[in-house]
Amino acid sequence: MSVDLSQFIPSFLEESFEGLELMESSLLSLQAGDNETIHSIFRAAHSIKGGAGTFGFDVVTEFTHLVETLLDEMRDGRREVSPKDVEILLASVDCMRLLIEAARDDENYDKDKVAQTTMLLNEALSSGGEKSAGEKISQQSDNTEQSTGKSDTSTFSIHFVPEHNLAKTGNDPLFLFNALADLGQLTTVANTGELPALTDIDVQELYLSWDLTLITGATKDEVHEIFEWVEDDCLLEIKKIDKEPLVNPSDGEKETVSVNEIRAASNIENESNSQEIYPANDNSVVKKQATKTKAKAKVEVSSIRVGVDKVDNLINLVGELVITQSMLSELGSDFNMDKIERLTSGLEQLLQNTKELQESVMRIRMLPISFAFNRFPRLVHDLAIKTGKEIELVIKGEQTELDKTVMEQIGDPLVHLVRNAVDHGIEPAEIRLANGKSAKGTISLDAYHQGGNIVIEISDDGGGINRQKVFAKAVEKGIIEPNATLADNQIFDLLFEPGFSTADQVTDISGRGVGMDVVKRNIQSLGGRIQVESTPGQGSCFKVNLPLTLAILDGQLVKVGTETYIIPLISIVESLQVDKDLINRVSGDMTLYRLRDENVPILPVYQLFGLATEHTEIDNALLVVVEADGQKVGLMVDHLLAQQQVVIKSLKDNYQQVIGISGATILGDGSVAMILDTPGIIQMALAYAQNKQRDMASYKQFAIGEQC
Amino acid sequence: MAKVLVVDDSNSIRDMVCFTLKSAGYQYVEAKDGREGLTKAQAESFDLVISDVNMPNMDGIDLCTELRKLPNFKFTPVLMLTTESSTDMKMRGKAAGATGWLVKPFNPEKLLATIKRVVR
Repeated sequence: MSVDLSQFIPSFLEESFEGLELMESSLLSLQAGDNETIHSIFRAAHSIKGGAGTFGFDVVTEFTHLVETLLDEMRDGRREVSPKDVEILLASVDCMRLLIEAARDDENYDKDKVAQTTMLLNEALSSGGEKSAGEKISQQSDNTEQSTGKSDTSTFSIHFVPEHNLAKTGNDPLFLFNALADLGQLTTVANTGELPALTDIDVQELYLSWDLTLITGATKDEVHEIFEWVEDDCLLEIKKIDKEPLVNPSDGEKETVSVNEIRAASNIENESNSQEIYPANDNSVVKKQATKTKAKAKVEVSSIRVGVDKVDNLINLVGELVITQSMLSELGSDFNMDKIERLTSGLEQLLQNTKELQESVMRIRMLPISFAFNRFPRLVHDLAIKTGKEIELVIKGEQTELDKTVMEQIGDPLVHLVRNAVDHGIEPAEIRLANGKSAKGTISLDAYHQGGNIVIEISDDGGGINRQKVFAKAVEKGIIEPNATLADNQIFDLLFEPGFSTADQVTDISGRGVGMDVVKRNIQSLGGRIQVESTPGQGSCFKVNLPLTLAILDGQLVKVGTETYIIPLISIVESLQVDKDLINRVSGDMTLYRLRDENVPILPVYQLFGLATEHTEIDNALLVVVEADGQKVGLMVDHLLAQQQVVIKSLKDNYQQVIGISGATILGDGSVAMILDTPGIIQMALAYAQNKQRDMASYKQFAIGEQC
Repeated sequence: MAKVLVVDDSNSIRDMVCFTLKSAGYQYVEAKDGREGLTKAQAESFDLVISDVNMPNMDGIDLCTELRKLPNFKFTPVLMLTTESSTDMKMRGKAAGATGWLVKPFNPEKLLATIKRVVR
C-alpha cells in the first residue's frame, strides 16, 4: 500500500520552525552547565532531523545531523559550552531555517552560507570533542536496493534457537514466522529436544527451537532483517541453498550474526495520484486545515494555535446561542401581543450572545506579541557583535495580545526600528562612558493595550535625536527651507520623509535612507500611527499605535445624499457645525476653515464622489474633521448618524481598489456602505491644492502625537 | 484489530504514525511524552507500544523500563522510534526491555511491514 505523506508536511514545517525558535532563544540564554537547556535544544534538533528524513528533506537531515552531533557532545559533557560554539550553532539554526524554507518552497538556497557553516561545524567537531567528526550519516536511500536476484527465487535454510526468555522482550516467534511467510513459501520444523518435564515448565519461558526452510524472491539481507530485533537473544544461522545440489562454498558460508547496519528506507513517494485524505488528528488544537497541494507547491504555514480554554468558551457561547434561538423560534411559532415582553428579553439575550460570541471569535485570532518579539534577542545579539557595542535588550508586555494579521505585518517595521535603535540610538561605549553612562546600552521593547489599540514602544537610552543634524540634513535634501522654524515634533517627523537619513556613514545595518518612510507607510496601512519622543543625551522612544484587529472597525456613520458612508473613528478629530465667519476662501477651489489656530481645508464629500444632495451650502454645513499623515481636513457631510462597529469587507477582493475608499461593510438593514479611507481622501484633496498651501498646512499644526 | 499506543513529542511524526496505523486498520491511542504514555498504559492494555526515545518529561527508555514493571506489559512488544542507529542506543533499549527499534526516517510501508513482526 502507499500512504501519502505530503499532508503532514505543513504540520512538520510548523513544528520545525517552532523548534528552530526554541533552539535560537535557548542558545541565546545558554549558560555553561545548564544541562536542561542543552537537552531541550538537542531534542528540537533531533525532532527536526527525524521529521526531515521522514518527509524526504535529505539536505535538512544531513545538515541537522552535524548540528545534533555537536549538541550531543555538549549534552554528554564531552564538550564545553563555549561562546564560539554557540555562535556556530546560531548560524546553523539560520541555515536550517534556510534549508527548510527552501524545501518548503522547492527553491534554491544560499549554498555558500550553508557550505561555510557546514565547514565551521566540521571544524568544531574535529577539534573540541573526542568524537570523530567524520561519522557519516547512516541514513541511506533504499532506492539503490540491488535488484539482482529479485527475479529468481532462492531457498534459505534457517536455524533458529531463541533464548528461553525471548518472550520477555516482547518478541514472539510466531510473528517472526508470519513475517517470513509473507516473503515466500515457508516450512517450519520445531525441535522439542529442550523441553523439560511438564512439572518443570515455566509458562513464561520458550523451550522450542526451529529449522525453517524459506523459498523466496527476497535477498538474504531481507530475510535477515526480520530477525533484526532478536539476533542478540538467539542463535541464528541463515544459509542460502543453491538450486543445484552442489553446495557453493562461498554462498553456503555460515553467517555469524553481527551487528547489522540498519538502513531505513526514505523513498517517500510523491505520487500525485494519492489516495483519499483523512482529516488529520487534532489534539486540542484548532488548526486551519491548509489546502493540500498535490505537487510540492508552496506550502504556506497558515495555522494558528489556540488555547483550549478559548475553544471551550466558544463552544459554551454557541450553546447559549442555540438555546436563545430555540426560545425565539418557539415564541415565533405561536406569537401574540401578550408575549411581546418575552420577545424583547429574548432579543436582548440574542444581542448579548452575539456580542460575546464575536468577542470570543476575535480573541481566537489574537496571539501574544511575544511571537513578534521573539526574534529580537537574536537580532540585537547579532547587531551588538557587528557594531561592537554592548547592548542589553529588555522585553516587557510580551503577553499583550494582538491580531495575527497585524502581528505578521508589524514584524518588519519593528525590526527596522530596533536596528535603528542599535545603530543610531546607542552610542559607542567610549562616548557613553564619557557622558557618565554605563558602557552597556539598553534597548527596551514594551507592549500594552490602550483603549482599543495596542501600543508598542521601542526605546533606547542612547544619545537621542540630534535636532540640528536632522534640520541640516532636511535643508540639504531640500525638504524644508533653511529659515523655517520647526517644533521638535515637526523635526522628528522629518525622519519619516522619503530618502532621509542622518547616518554619517551608510552601514549595512541601517542608514540607507530607505526605511523610515516605509516603516511609517506600513504602520499607516495597518490603520496605526507612529510618534517619536527624544531627549538629548537620554535616548529616544518610538511609539507605534495599532488597532487590535483589522477585521472590525469602530466607525461613524454619515449620510451624504442618499448614500451612507463610514468614517473610521480613529481618524476623527472632531465634528462641528460650521460657523460661516470662520470660512476662508482662498484662491482656487480650496475653502479653508479656521479651526482655532489652524486652517483646515473643507472637502465636500458630495463633490468628491459626484453625488446629488440638497446640502451644498457650506455656510451651515456639518464638518467632520479627520486627520491622517499629520494633515487635517474637514469632510462636509449632510448628517451624522450612529457610531457602530462594522465588519470590514475588502473591496479589492470583491470588486477592485477604489481611491478614497478602504473597504465596504453591510449595515443592519442589509445595505452596503463604503468605508472612507482618510489618508486616501486627503491625498485626493491635496492633489487639487497648491504646493504653497500644502507647505503651510503641513507645518503649521500640531504633530499627531499631541492629540492623544 | 490490534490496539497501539503511539508516544512521540513531535506532532507530525505522531500524526504520520497514527495515520499509517489507521489506514491499515489498527486502533491507536496517542501520547505526547513518556509520562502521558505511562498514564495511558496504566489505564488500559495495548497490543503494541511505539515510542520515540528523546522526549521531554520522560524519555522512551524510561517509559520502557516502567512499562515492563506493569503486569499487563510484561510481554507487550515495545518498539523504539529512533534516529540513532548506533549500537549503544540499541543496547540501552534492549536493556530497558524494548522489543525492537524503528530507525527514522521510515516510510509508512516500512512501518507497517516492520510492526508485523511483533503484532498481527
